[in-house]
Amino acid sequence: MIEPKNIRIAIASGKGGTGKTLISTNLFYVLQQNNYNVTLVDCDAEEPNVMVFFNGDEEFVQDVTQKVPVIDEIKCTYCGKCQEYCSYNAIFLLKDIKTIRILEDLCHGCGACSVACEYDAVSEKNISLGVIKKYHSDLQSTIIEARMRVGVFSPVSVIKAAIKEAGYNGIILLDSPPGTSCPFIQTVSVADFVILVTEPTPFGLSDLKQSVETLKTMNKSYGIIINRAGLGDHEVYSYLNHECIPLLMEIPFDKEIASHYSKGEIVANYIPEWKSLFENMFNSIYKKYGNSNNQR
Amino acid sequence: MKICSIQFTKSMETAIISGKGGTGKSSISAAFATLGGKVVLADCDVDAANLYILFNPSHEEEEIYIAGQKAVIDDLLCINCGLCKEYCRFDAIFSSDGKVVIREVLCDGCRLCSRICPQNAIKMVDNNKSRMYAGSFRNGKMVYGRLAPGEENSGKLVNIVREKAREISTNQNIENIIIDGPPGIGCAVISSITGTNNVVIVTEPTISGLLDLKRTIEITSKFQTKIWVIINKYDINSNMSDKIERYCSENEINFAGKLKFDSQVVESMVKCKSIIEYAPDSQISEQIRKIWDTINFK
Repeated sequence: MIEPKNIRIAIASGKGGTGKTLISTNLFYVLQQNNYNVTLVDCDAEEPNVMVFFNGDEEFVQDVTQKVPVIDEIKCTYCGKCQEYCSYNAIFLLKDIKTIRILEDLCHGCGACSVACEYDAVSEKNISLGVIKKYHSDLQSTIIEARMRVGVFSPVSVIKAAIKEAGYNGIILLDSPPGTSCPFIQTVSVADFVILVTEPTPFGLSDLKQSVETLKTMNKSYGIIINRAGLGDHEVYSYLNHECIPLLMEIPFDKEIASHYSKGEIVANYIPEWKSLFENMFNSIYKKYGNSNNQR
Repeated sequence: MKICSIQFTKSMETAIISGKGGTGKSSISAAFATLGGKVVLADCDVDAANLYILFNPSHEEEEIYIAGQKAVIDDLLCINCGLCKEYCRFDAIFSSDGKVVIREVLCDGCRLCSRICPQNAIKMVDNNKSRMYAGSFRNGKMVYGRLAPGEENSGKLVNIVREKAREISTNQNIENIIIDGPPGIGCAVISSITGTNNVVIVTEPTISGLLDLKRTIEITSKFQTKIWVIINKYDINSNMSDKIERYCSENEINFAGKLKFDSQVVESMVKCKSIIEYAPDSQISEQIRKIWDTINFK
């Protein structure tokens, strides 16, 4: 038994569809089977898919909201100060014909317009951005899903709410959204270690480089899993060598794996070696990057 | 003698998207872009632009794109009053070792802190690392955006890329604009499909693929555009593929066709070619041609 430590591990990739969810669900499953206190957070709020692979009792659903301004047109003098304060062009104003409208889709809920208004004409209401759902299994494990409402512009608030809900107790696995923009940054910024999943193709390598550059500027520790090894070329290996980036694991290209995944099955259940592969990988990360309980 | 006539070419915009990442969207976009006639290719996956790898476009135009701003605090002026911390709704400002610190990655660029600071200690700095590029490639013109890591507003950069593509299309009389869109259903996707003639959703025969397809159709249906579905690598799970096909017909979504898994697609990518260029006579290339005709003439 290893001494209990807390750790947050993000599973990410620049390119979509490289196998992030394959890794995070199997890692979660293996840790769950070992009776660890483990939480998997599906941070891919635009397209959450983790629950395809698990059954669990829904413990609760929580609405994630954002504040947007409401203008009291009786008090409003159409002075335009709120519009000047808004950095998102979310306030539409025609002074001459005394018309003011809030474009809720563009509003980020920063509250600047409320501060700007000198006539007490701006109040706020909540609008829904999505939900977080929490699931419990019989074992000591939890899944939290961030799910953005269709039509909302940015998943960031829902992702933040899900990560907050997970807290920092035990092992937290974060299934990150693809890319290297805000949703990715929000997810990996809280991680102690980042597993980047890539595939050995020119597209995979190009996106991997961009992810690595981003993680470097954030001073994050990271390692790489190459999925679908055997397809494509060897450029990614030369890159890892050259940059001295640890290769954590290789998963061969195998139609059997793809077929299990397509049916929503946990591959570790069908290929027993996966259990020890994932355990070993996890232990080496945990030893080095885990934090003692009272450190934070 | 040549008779000149003034032609008004109306651009035909086809966006290729996929809710789920890695379904083969860019490979299919590359194939569509190399079927024959000249095209304007717009890589709108600004977060992970990849098509320049295959097409190595010439560098003719470059534009700096300002993706919002970030707050920066001047420690010499700051008196530690904590007002900015109170006002920030993005949890980006906190105290550390008796100093007020702004975490760049969390800052949303709303400017409120800089406006309310009694000491004028907070300045806003432009995020100016993102770029829009335009140039020529072997089959026409190409426009692409590159969003600097961590910068937001990718939807706006997508709009800039698309405007440029339309401008080139009109000026150069190139009718077809192929848009390689980003994954997901967020603002960059919305910007990629707004006002297009056709949206092609590329999916894969997995449960995740079907769920993501449903969410993608939900967002796409809000627009006046014709929706098409392609199932890529359908033989990975034929049952699931049938299920997706059934879903399309039940919901009156145009089914454009399905493609077999073919390792030649990856080989072509390694050789910096589209599958059409690499293996023009292969079954998959034939199938892609058929799909393109279906989308454009039905």
